[in-house]
Amino acid sequence: MSESPILEIRGLSCSLGERVVLREISLDAAPGETIVLLGRSGSGKTTLLKTVNGLIAPTAGEILFEGRPEREWDAIQLRRRMGYVIQDAGLFPHWTVGANVGLVPRLEGWAPERIAARVDELLAAVGLPPGEFRGRYPRELSGGQKQRVGIARALAADPPLLLFDEPFAALDPITRQELQQLFLELRRTVGKTALFVTHDIREAMLLASRIALLHDGALELLATPREFLNAGTGEARAFLAGLTETWRQDG
Amino acid sequence: MDNALASEVLSLSLEHLEMVIITIAIAAALALPAGVLLARRKGARRWAVGFANIAQTIPSLALFGFLVPLPLIGGIGKRTAIIALCLYALLPILRNTLLGILGVDPAVRESAVAMGMTERQILWEVELPLAAPAIVAGLRLATVATIGTATIAAAIGGGGLGVFIFRGISMVDTPTVLAGALPAAVMAIAADEGLEWIERKLSPA
Repeated sequence: MSESPILEIRGLSCSLGERVVLREISLDAAPGETIVLLGRSGSGKTTLLKTVNGLIAPTAGEILFEGRPEREWDAIQLRRRMGYVIQDAGLFPHWTVGANVGLVPRLEGWAPERIAARVDELLAAVGLPPGEFRGRYPRELSGGQKQRVGIARALAADPPLLLFDEPFAALDPITRQELQQLFLELRRTVGKTALFVTHDIREAMLLASRIALLHDGALELLATPREFLNAGTGEARAFLAGLTETWRQDG
Repeated sequence: MDNALASEVLSLSLEHLEMVIITIAIAAALALPAGVLLARRKGARRWAVGFANIAQTIPSLALFGFLVPLPLIGGIGKRTAIIALCLYALLPILRNTLLGILGVDPAVRESAVAMGMTERQILWEVELPLAAPAIVAGLRLATVATIGTATIAAAIGGGGLGVFIFRGISMVDTPTVLAGALPAAVMAIAADEGLEWIERKLSPA
């Protein structure tokens, strides 16, 4: 690896009560890389994402963000350097789109004109004409538009790492496809490191630089999409069976 | 209506209103922060809401009676009346503050934390604004109820429009009862409408 990784996860374990949710996970994310965390419900992928964001404390192991152990970071500062996109966007319903997108820059004390310029730039980047959308409220948006705003909000303060927690899972298939294309386009133009949680093997294949396959809290496989196709582990085959099944149906 | 009666209606109405405003101010000053704190503490919540519930079930005339012989907080007069009225006003304000904060969409709270907002910022910029309509609804319930219950304050020398009502009852004179009851009803309706208007203004949709 030529550049030092943005994120290094070292032997990370996590228990919630009696239940072991993560078992000794080790994983690096290089700059510009999209790592897709793939797994069934309850495989620990969302927990892993929340641990990276400091929302859940690990029971063993450590995470290094920008080369520095996360426990040495101030949790608030750490989170402001990670964009976070969740399934139902989690936009603040009492704020306009512009205020939602400008949240982290405002928390970071940017000047109002700079925030306004940044908001317009990002709305344009996610395909929402700023003049039309910046003054709207979240209730005036479709599901896909909300998620575009969610992505713009995550990008706002130009964080080195983006976290996506099944952001497109609740969208209809066509909107999902459009947002996946937007994601790929933004990766070309913005080039951020990303962790992306999904249970959808097709989405993983499409978006991943590497796929991290989680099964029962353990990292079963870490592979590029091409390598994943030939992987022989049990859980990988289970996911691939679903993939070939859809191909067969497509003819 | 002769002039003497009109001026007495006016002065007792003002006295009544003053009692209500002081009561709601004190009850809100206690119940709003308590609601915010209890939204974070599940264990304490049961006890506090339980206490407020019980306070509300005591018949109001009895509560005024209980307070009179107590040292420090008791006695005859306006202060005792306001203490009793506060006990009734606490519950609706407390409960609605709690429900308002607990009713904030968990996804909204979660994303606020994940975006790096501090607890204080989440409270002031997200939870309280979103809970505001529910909180105002609680203030409205408390205010309307207090306007009615405050008429009983006259029984322990607290003054207000209840003076007419008790006088009218003892003289078996309906017009005198109405001289107290009608202004109280008008006041309650006005408070209800006014606070409901604020509540609507604060609602996002």
